[in-house]
Parts: sequence; C-alpha cells; structure tokens
Amino acid sequence: MALDELKIGGMGASRRRVEDNRFIRGKGKYVDDVVLPAMLHMEILRSPVAHARIKSIDTSAAWEVPGVRLVLTGETMAARNLAWMPTLSYDTQAVIATDKVRFQGQEVAAVVADDPYIAKDACSKIVVEYEQLPAIVNPDQAKDSSAPLIRDDKVNQDSNKIFDWEIGDKEATEKAFADADVVSSLELHYPRSHPSPLEPCGSIADFDRATGKLTVYMTTQAPHIIRAAVAMVAELPEHQIRIISPDLGGGFGNKVPVYPGYVISILASILTERPVKWIEDKSGNLISTGFGRDVYLKGEMALRKDGKILGMRMHTTSDHGAFFADAQPTKFKIGLMHSTFACYDVPAAYLTSDGYYTNKAPGGVAYRCSFRVTEAMFFQERMIHAAANDLGMDQAEFRRVNLVKDDMFPYRTAFGFLTDSGQYAKCLDLGLEAIGYSSFKAEQEEARKRGKLLGIGISTMTEPLGAGNSREYDIIGIKMFDSAELRVHMTGKAILRTGAKTQGQGHETTWAQIVAHELGIPADDIVVEEGDTDTAPFGMGTYASRSTPVAGAAVAMVARKIRAKARKIAAHLLEVSEEDIEWELGRFYVRGNEERGVTIQDCALAAYSNVPDGMEPGLENNAYYDPPNLTWPFAAYICKVEVDPETGVWDVLKFVAVDDCGVRINPMVVEGQIMGGLTEAYAMANMQYITFDEEGNCIGANYIDYLLPTAWETPGFELHEVVTPCPHHPIGAKGIGECATVGGPAAFVNAVMSAIEHTGVRNVDMPLMPNRVYDAVRNGQDVSGMPPVRVD
Amino acid sequence: MTSLYDEVQTPTDGVPTRRVTMTVNGEKRTVDVEPRLLLAHLLRQGMQLTGTHVGCDTTSCGACTVLFDGRPVKSCTMLAVQADGHDVETVEGMSSASELHPVQEGFKQEHGLQCGYCTPGMMLTSKALLERNPDPSEDDIRWALSGNLCRCTGYQNIVKSVLWAAEKMRAERGEDA
Ligand code: FES
Ligand code: FES
Repeated sequence: MALDELKIGGMGASRRRVEDNRFIRGKGKYVDDVVLPAMLHMEILRSPVAHARIKSIDTSAAWEVPGVRLVLTGETMAARNLAWMPTLSYDTQAVIATDKVRFQGQEVAAVVADDPYIAKDACSKIVVEYEQLPAIVNPDQAKDSSAPLIRDDKVNQDSNKIFDWEIGDKEATEKAFADADVVSSLELHYPRSHPSPLEPCGSIADFDRATGKLTVYMTTQAPHIIRAAVAMVAELPEHQIRIISPDLGGGFGNKVPVYPGYVISILASILTERPVKWIEDKSGNLISTGFGRDVYLKGEMALRKDGKILGMRMHTTSDHGAFFADAQPTKFKIGLMHSTFACYDVPAAYLTSDGYYTNKAPGGVAYRCSFRVTEAMFFQERMIHAAANDLGMDQAEFRRVNLVKDDMFPYRTAFGFLTDSGQYAKCLDLGLEAIGYSSFKAEQEEARKRGKLLGIGISTMTEPLGAGNSREYDIIGIKMFDSAELRVHMTGKAILRTGAKTQGQGHETTWAQIVAHELGIPADDIVVEEGDTDTAPFGMGTYASRSTPVAGAAVAMVARKIRAKARKIAAHLLEVSEEDIEWELGRFYVRGNEERGVTIQDCALAAYSNVPDGMEPGLENNAYYDPPNLTWPFAAYICKVEVDPETGVWDVLKFVAVDDCGVRINPMVVEGQIMGGLTEAYAMANMQYITFDEEGNCIGANYIDYLLPTAWETPGFELHEVVTPCPHHPIGAKGIGECATVGGPAAFVNAVMSAIEHTGVRNVDMPLMPNRVYDAVRNGQDVSGMPPVRVD
Repeated sequence: MTSLYDEVQTPTDGVPTRRVTMTVNGEKRTVDVEPRLLLAHLLRQGMQLTGTHVGCDTTSCGACTVLFDGRPVKSCTMLAVQADGHDVETVEGMSSASELHPVQEGFKQEHGLQCGYCTPGMMLTSKALLERNPDPSEDDIRWALSGNLCRCTGYQNIVKSVLWAAEKMRAERGEDA
C-alpha cells in the first residue's frame, strides 16, 4: 500500500522545521560563533565624511598599541593590486580608499589585533587628514553640470551618469497616447531603505600557507559566486578556495555582494598567516553595505473612457551611490523594472531609465526583491489607483477590466515577458470578500461622522521570480541555473546538498519534503546541507525568491534520476522487465500483482549489495536545473486603515493577503514567508527609510534613527490561498519569499490615500509618517520626496 | 601576549582586571575581566555561550537579551562587572538535556522563528513574561516583546508561540487550558 505522504513529511505537510532544533537551544552556528585557534580580530576604520580627498594617513600610533598585529591602508592594498575590486555590475569599487572617500562609512583603514577591543582602540589612533569636497546626495545634484565628478578614478567618465537604458515600443506607445480619452500621470519616490538582517555581515579568513588553502567563513547568500569572485580578485586558484556560509541571521539581499571587509580579512590572513575574524557592527552594516530602492519614478497611462488601459510610459531615475554595485542580471541595468504592469493587459509600453553616482553607500541590492520589481510593482499599483480615480471608476472594477484573464495564458507582456498561469480575478474577489469590500462605502461614511477617515487600498500583482533561464539571466557572466546532489545510503537514508543557501527560509526542512514526495523516503531520514563550496554542488545561491523555482526544481529532478535507477534495480529484484514495474509512493510493484513489490529502501540496499549485471553500483546523482521560464506568482493584498486627521496617525484595521504561489511544499513555511514579507512592506510604508543630510551624513545609521517595526506596531495579517500550479516547474511551485514585500507597500499607501484623497491629495511619498499624513490632510496637498532629516 | 578577550581567566599583562563572581545558568563562575568588557562578550567568548547573539550593540534589537536575576536585560549594554553577585540565565540554560522549556517547544510548534537570530532573546523575554503573567493577552505579549526585533517572522507566529507555551504551562500546573 502506498505511503501516506503527509505522514512521511512530504509535499503539503506543515512539517515542523528541523533547523529549529538547534536554534531554539541557542546552538545555531553563525559566523561570529566560529572560533579558530590563534584567531586574530579585525576592525575597520570608516570615513566620517561623504566626499573628500585623503591628504594623508598616519598609522604610527595604531601600530604601537600592544596587541596590534597589522594595520592596513589603501596603500597596503594597492601594493597587492587589491585597492579596487570589480562589482557585480561591471563597475569597480574601492576596497580601502586610496585617493578619495566617496561616501560616509567608506573603508579607510583596518587594524588586526589580538582582540576586537584592542583593534577598536588602535583604529581610534589612526589620523586621517581629509580635504572635504561638496557632497552629492541625490540624482538632481549629480546631474548638475557644475557637480563635482565623483568617479574621477575612471577613465572616460566625465559626468556622474552611470547609464541610460530603454525598453519597449516607443512608437506603439505614442500611438496609444494619441488614441487615449484620458491620460493619467503620477510621479513618486521609492525611498532608500536597508534590508538590515538582524545579524550584520562578517567573515573569518583562514589562509594556510603550508597547503595553500584559503578557507573563509562568510555571511553570504551566494557562496559559489563569492568563490569565483575571490578567485578573480585575489588571484587564487579556485580549487584552493573554500567558502563556508554557516547559519545566517537573515539576508534579504544584503548578503549577496562582495564587501570590502571580506577582501581585507582575506589579505590580513594571508599576511599574518593566522585566521582573521571581522564582524561589522550595526552602524557599519547600515552605512556601508547594500541598500535597496532609492528610485524616482514617473509615468503616464493612456486610458479609454470605459476603463481599458491602452498604454503606459514610464521613466526611472535611480541613485546608486558611489559605485555601481547592484547585484542583478547583467543585461538589465535597472533590474526587472520592466516587469511592471505584467498582470494587466497593457498593449503598448515604453520605459526609459537613467542611473547616477552619488556620495552615498553603493549596492542597490534586491532587498527581498527580484531586482527592482519592488519599485516596479509599487509604481504600478499606485498608478492603477490614480488612474481609476481619474476615470471615476471603482478600484476593484478598474482592476477587473484590465487584469489578464485566465484564458489569455500564456500571455506576452508589452515588455516581452511571458506570464504563464494564474487566476487573477479569483484572487481579487476572494480578497474583496474577506475584507468586506461591499460594505466599505457605508462604513467610511459612518466613520467620517466620528471624525475618523477610513480607507481601503488594493494591490494586485504578479512578479517574475526564479531567475534564470540562463539565456537571459547571468551575473558577471555566470549563468543563473542551480543544482542538487542526492546520495541515498545503503539503509535508505539520504543526504541532499544544493547550491542554494538558506537564511531562515527553512531549506533543511522543505528540500527533504520534495525528496520525500518524489521517492517516498520519510523526510526525517534525509539530511540537507548547504553553504560549503567544498561539498555543495555549484549554485547561484538564494535571493530573488529563486530557491524553490530553481534549486527546488533541481531537487525534484535529481530525485527522479534516483528513482529511474531504483526502478531498474527493482525490476532486477522482482525478476520482471522494467516495463512491468509500477511506482507508488515509496514502492515499486509488479503491474497486475500489487502484492509483489520492493520498497525504495530495498532498492537502496541492493544498489550497494546486489546490482544487476553491468550496472554501476551506488545510488547517488546530481542535477543541474536551468528553468525554461520565470515563475509568476500572483497576489491580491487588501488593506483597511483608519486615519486620525488630527494627528496623521493611521492604524491598520484589517489586512487580507491572497497569495497564489502555485503548489505549496510546506504551507506553514509559506505562510511564515508571507507574514515576514508583509511586515517589511508595512515597515517601508510607515517608517523604514534612510536619508542623508546635505553634507552626506547618513541619517539612519543605527536602530534609533532607522526605525524597524516591533511586535507592538506590526498589524495582524489574514492569509488566504489560491493554487494555480506553475506549468513548467517539476512540482508546480512558484517563488513566494518576496511577494509580500513587493506587493504589500502599495496596499498600505493606497489605503491611506483612499482615506484622505477627498481633501485633494493625490500622493504622499513613503514613509507615511504621521507628520507627513497630517500635512497632506491639512493642506490638501501632496507630500513628495524624502523627509530631509528625521523630525519625529 | 595572551588575549584577555579569548581567555577571560588569563588576563593580559598590565591590563587591570576585576574579579567577579556570578551564577550563570545555575553554575557559579568566577572570572577576571577587564572592567570595560561587555557582559554579552563575556558570555559569548569567555564562556562559549554563543546562543546570546549581538545584533545592534546599541540596546535596540534585543538579540542579546539574557535574564538578569530573572528579568530580561540587554547584555550588549551591560558591563560584565555589573553582573558581580548576580544571577544570569542564557538560552543555553532554558532546557535540560532531555527536556525543552514550553516556550522553546512553542516557538517550534508555531513556527515562531526563521533565521533564529532573534530567537534566544525572544524566548527569554517570553519566559520572563509568562513567569509574571501566566495568562497574557495578545496585546500583553506584543508589548512585552516590543524591545526585541525580528526581521523574519512578522511577529504573528511569535505571539502564537507564546500563547502555545502559556497554555502548556497552565496545563502542566493543572489549571484549565
Ligand atoms: S545587540 Fe543588544 S540590543 Fe541589540
Ligand atoms: S527569526 Fe530572523 S530575526 Fe527573528
């Protein structure tokens, strides 16, 4: 009899997580928990100013501090050709500044000492003389012809512009606008934010002169990319480099890039011939590592009177900081911004983009995001909201008219993406019903009598998750596929390794469930390992919600290879031909004689003790998976708020999330991802942003200035599900990790706008802090751009 | 030169130290520490109790929370010498070899953690809450945990985890669930 899949922890089981067994006992092993014999400690001295020429650096007093082993400056690095390194966007980035500092927090020197207290002491003894230059803190300033040139280190760089980019059909779009009855427009800013995982970044480099082997423990979401990058930057042979990414205290895109601290710790270990640990503090993390967003977006929509969208055009201007270090596929300068409006039937579209250097930290990383889709979908849903209002149409009705219908798949978007599945209207209707949309107008009226403003905001979106395919997607030339390796032992237990790297998503639990589903081996009998480049197969790592779409698919495929071999062994054991063998979960049997069968465990034993003549022994294999397309989950997020016009404070009364991420491997884990993502969406809408003053001082350099929501403010979320399997994924799954962060913010903002737009306000830029909402309501005017400096 | 930091009991030549005695997870410990050493660092490096995490080092995130005479404190902003004569409990002290504390079980059952970095602090704060208030409301829990940040879970499941633990503890005491 076939096994009960839920009982063995297969697909669909809300299996409790195996990694929790160590985490709840405080036995996780994060980078800072690793202690190597004779280990030294490194501290980085960072620039206090945003833009300045370095006139001199005097490290002599630092060398004299007892316990100091090494002091590194740009000069030390330059002597080994390591002062600059390549970024993931084909630019260069300073490892330690030599000529100029280009943002506040940039690495200026490093000290290696017997303990971190001594290293910190010695850092404070380094004297740096700066000649300050005007700081450029936004693209408008960067564009100015009199602006100082930030990247005077680059030949042929004569302005602060990084790129111009365009996509779409300009002519067709112009025609759509010529035919329009109504043109709606919107302009907004998606503020700079920081992914800020609770654990900051760090590394322990351990170079063994005797063997020539470099081992680096590192907070990285993509250990194999790092191995390749280290091989290139440090000119070490790749087989002598071992990157180990142990437990990660969150990542959210922040732990994808290569940071100067990693490189400096590697050189420090080579020079001292001892392990060198570098753990940045929170300020170091917030001011110097990969931020997210910081894009100015404007666009127009061509509309017919009856509500049909005819076309849209859009322009983005992005602020990349001092080095173009976005971690994104090579071909696309502004990530997948052109996935905007993918869930709507928009016949013509055109997007132009430009990007600029500023004196701010580099690294527009995909913060819980597939390469700028967060900005794309936020603009989309704010634009849809504005357009419906301009037409005088109901928000839900306007969406219903324009959402791609179920029978239109596969659907080619105006920008060329191929969406392949979904039940958009069903998700929307489910969400509307759950929030009580039909009675909302009456409620709103009633609340106004009490002096309170009620609003409801909808955000519907599909987004492209799971890059590759490798034809379109690569990072620094490395194609975006992924891998899995499965070894089934003699007793039917197994070990699975993948090229992905969990940071809290629960791969150790869910990957085993896929194997259980494919082979009938109980999930508890399968151990999952990731993050060690010496043992894991090559992979592109975990970000952009690509683990389940790509590595998860590889897991299913390798299990199927194992099953195919086991089938041959089963035929041998049952003494029938392979064609006469049937499979049910966990067991092969003879067609027409169900009693006669062997389990997958029997086959595993035979693989090592009794293989048919001519067959290789063993039951191990690997699979590389290059997805034929992206996966396209859909979400309808609907939020109801109450705004107090006297204070500008808004409260979430109810939030409904309907997510269709295809087949759910572990519903408990999926829901955990959605709730975490919605919280980050709420944070973006409400409080979480990083701004800079005119001198380029980062306002948001600690958790006192950079506000993150606590359990107290964070609203509760009501989750619903719709399942439309992905047609090309082996188990029908789609990405989910970032959907809520991508689609969520617009639901909150649209809700607040819906509450206050009767006063004449059309847009309040995030963050919707009470003082900004209060000003908007009181003046009946838009509030745009960043608050210059925190006032609350 | 021996590092004060790595081996707390062997002070560096010439650096003044203070001898402190404290109870850590029920065990009496006497150590010589540099007066500026933070409690979080003594626990993590000196005593290898690495379940106490450091997230922000500015008293904001609560990853470093330990119970100090039964009350949650942020050990990143407390000097080790301040613990002299006091009782410190870390996550490693929550469970015995065979048995988990109900709060630990609750976090696993209700998926109250993802990356696990905030978890020790969250669990210790929750434990202290339940000792004070065995039947907390959702709001009581959210308020008690508002000094502990979590970037992964969105808190909803953490609240559920604490409710799960409260119920189990009441049942264990023979009270109505
Ligand atoms: S590390 Fe102590 S509160 Fe954040
Ligand atoms: S579980 Fe990651 S910070 Fe809370």
